[in-house]
Amino acid sequence: MSVTPTLALANVSKSFGAVRALREVSLDLFAGEAHALAGENGAGKSTLVKTLAGVHRPDTGQVLLNGEPVVFAGPADAQQAGVAVIYQEPTLFPDLSVAENIFMGRQPRRGLGRIDRKAMHGQARELFERLGVALDPEQPSRGLSIADQQLVEIAKALSRDARVLIMDEPTAALSGNEVARLFSVVEALREHGCAILFISHRLDEIFSLCQRVTTLRDGAWIASEPVSGLTHDDLVRRMVGRELGALYPKEEAPLGEVALQVERLTREGVFTDVSFQVRRGEIVALAGLVGAGRSEVARAVFGVDRWDAGSVSVDGRRLPAGSPTAAMGAGLALVPEDRRQQGLVMELSIERNIGLTGLRSLRRGVTISRQAERDRAKDWAVRLRLKFARLSDGVGVLSGGNQQKVVLAKWLATKPSVLIVDEPTRGIDVGTKAEVHRLLSELAGQGIAVLMISSDLPEVLGMADRVLVMHEGRLTAEISRADATEESVMNAATGRAA
Amino acid sequence: MARVLRWDVLVGALLIAVFAAGSLTSPSFATVDNLSFALGDLGEIALIALAMTMLVVAAEVDLSVASVLGLSSALVGSLWDAGMAIETIIPLAVLTGAVCGLVNGLLVTRLGLPSLAVTIGTLALYRGLAYVVLGDRAIAQFPPDYAALALNDVPGTPIPYPIALFVLLAAIVGVVLHATGFGRALYAIGAQEQAAFFAGIRVKRVKLLLFVISGTVAGFAGVVFTLRYGSARADNGVGIELAVIAAVLLGGVDFDGGKGTLGGVIAGVLLIGLLRNLLMLGDVSTEIQSIVTGLLLIVSVLTPRLVSLVRPALKGSP
Repeated sequence: MSVTPTLALANVSKSFGAVRALREVSLDLFAGEAHALAGENGAGKSTLVKTLAGVHRPDTGQVLLNGEPVVFAGPADAQQAGVAVIYQEPTLFPDLSVAENIFMGRQPRRGLGRIDRKAMHGQARELFERLGVALDPEQPSRGLSIADQQLVEIAKALSRDARVLIMDEPTAALSGNEVARLFSVVEALREHGCAILFISHRLDEIFSLCQRVTTLRDGAWIASEPVSGLTHDDLVRRMVGRELGALYPKEEAPLGEVALQVERLTREGVFTDVSFQVRRGEIVALAGLVGAGRSEVARAVFGVDRWDAGSVSVDGRRLPAGSPTAAMGAGLALVPEDRRQQGLVMELSIERNIGLTGLRSLRRGVTISRQAERDRAKDWAVRLRLKFARLSDGVGVLSGGNQQKVVLAKWLATKPSVLIVDEPTRGIDVGTKAEVHRLLSELAGQGIAVLMISSDLPEVLGMADRVLVMHEGRLTAEISRADATEESVMNAATGRAA
Repeated sequence: MARVLRWDVLVGALLIAVFAAGSLTSPSFATVDNLSFALGDLGEIALIALAMTMLVVAAEVDLSVASVLGLSSALVGSLWDAGMAIETIIPLAVLTGAVCGLVNGLLVTRLGLPSLAVTIGTLALYRGLAYVVLGDRAIAQFPPDYAALALNDVPGTPIPYPIALFVLLAAIVGVVLHATGFGRALYAIGAQEQAAFFAGIRVKRVKLLLFVISGTVAGFAGVVFTLRYGSARADNGVGIELAVIAAVLLGGVDFDGGKGTLGGVIAGVLLIGLLRNLLMLGDVSTEIQSIVTGLLLIVSVLTPRLVSLVRPALKGSP
């Protein structure tokens, strides 16, 4: 490690109106280190990243580049200085090729200002070789997985000689082996002398990838220290400032009748011959890689998509294909993967969102009773410990974790007998995550059948009574709680014999 | 500050300003007779605007309404000319409107086509059908009892019958939009259709119903128009879809769906009506009237966006 940090923040404060997003925060990023940034949602991580990336300017304090104070007038300045940010969901131009995306605005030229495609493709190929990944520079970006799109962004950063790479939750949407590939790329960059700032809600990743970790809480700097001396619990304590109960508290619940029965369900080209059942009081996890067809099964069961063959029954009643309304009526609830598009109507208030699943039950005569609507929202907001100012506020102002609670509230208010949750804790902070886990466990205890789709392996192993694993559209394994290990699940998920 | 910038409040203020300006500039403007006439002249636009409000809240639009009105009018004329009883003709014309709406709705919901494109197509199609039905003829001489219903005031009031009907329907639509599950569903569909579908709302069925309502109302408006002018022509009501949409957007309903109140739309309708009346009293040519409608449309789409740009600056932080 060199003595002068490549990029640093010194006593930086930043406020938005009355909200103090950062309070005298300092951070050193050295060449050749992977540095984690930890903190709950709202701790100030995004503001810090945006300050480093030139989006925000500090109110007080300084940004230091190689020990010299700098002022980034905008993101372009920061890029020029060698700071690159990789976001959770990259924004490539889908109709352009991979190479064109990498060299956007800086294409190699030959005479008369024409773009030298050959040179461009050659340089892109070299970049991918340096990263050790097999991507074709000439293929269009449309259709690339999120993991591949991130690699293209990294290649872009590399082509600009980026010396600082900031990765804001890059792994949130990746599957296990995609994460492993990303990590080996990051490792290689680090060895070449890049400074990496890595943000993730998955603590395991921080421990396996990073050398040091800086923790923020409520906009304030808590600690910067080597990860080697830390335990999981130490880090969580720094983040939340209090002791946290077990993260995965699934308790034993007596198993009841079969509530959800799925038989030989098939949707052509998406999933084939999927059969399973979930009993009351049971949490069954549906594991597998992204793209294995897990969410698609959930969508079909709930009726959002049609199925081509097979059957779905809830409490012994067969459901018609392709009707969420009928599925709801039968006692199914789905907390979907995409909160912003599918789970919530972002423009509407908290109470309207919670009321949306109860338009019939809230009726008094012809009209909706506002009182009943408000009571329903208040009841569930209290039960789920939702943090809100007014129930008439738009859900858009809530943090991700609280938004997820609104989605849960909206569905729990329908008193479902089967609850399907798709990535219930993606992108939400540790504290809320523990609450969601406790809630799912309680629900199972009350006799609800829970089907949980999750890419978070510790969550799967901690919460599930049984783990179903999908691989390429088929169920490849059913593993009991006792036999479920990271290895056994990953083997089945990647298609190796269990 | 934010409260003052609420769109329907702004439109209300504008309404008062136009009224004041009218009273000052034209002695005949603020008379009961003139205002009653202005309201009556607004009948079809007001009625169609009610259905259009629900459509636009659900992020759809029906541009074919004026053509449905024309087709309905042509049908009334041609059947009356053929000697059919007016009591049979009126339900037939309304039913034809409903079928036109059903076709729009099926094209949008079953084939997944954008309503803007579909109803531009049927705008031409239904108007063409109107000419097929009636050609260039103009049919007049409708029974005076029925013409009176379209033209006269409710006894003892200066309110024309079509506007009385509008008030009744507006009350119903107001309740539906703001106090029923169906209304809640419309806002959810307009703001985030996927989330509405995931919440068990039958999105396609709701939209189909909206198009049928829109067609039905336009068909009925065709009858009112024909009787009011005492003349059935294939080109009746050409272009009034723009006035309707201007009124709805002026009323603060977001063209992207999910936002707006019926109160705002009623203010918008009245504003359009007063402006048209003022222009007419000032002997302004129809070309200029058309230019004013066009400008109002653009202003009503533009202003809320400007307001939303300005509002954060007033609050001081993002």
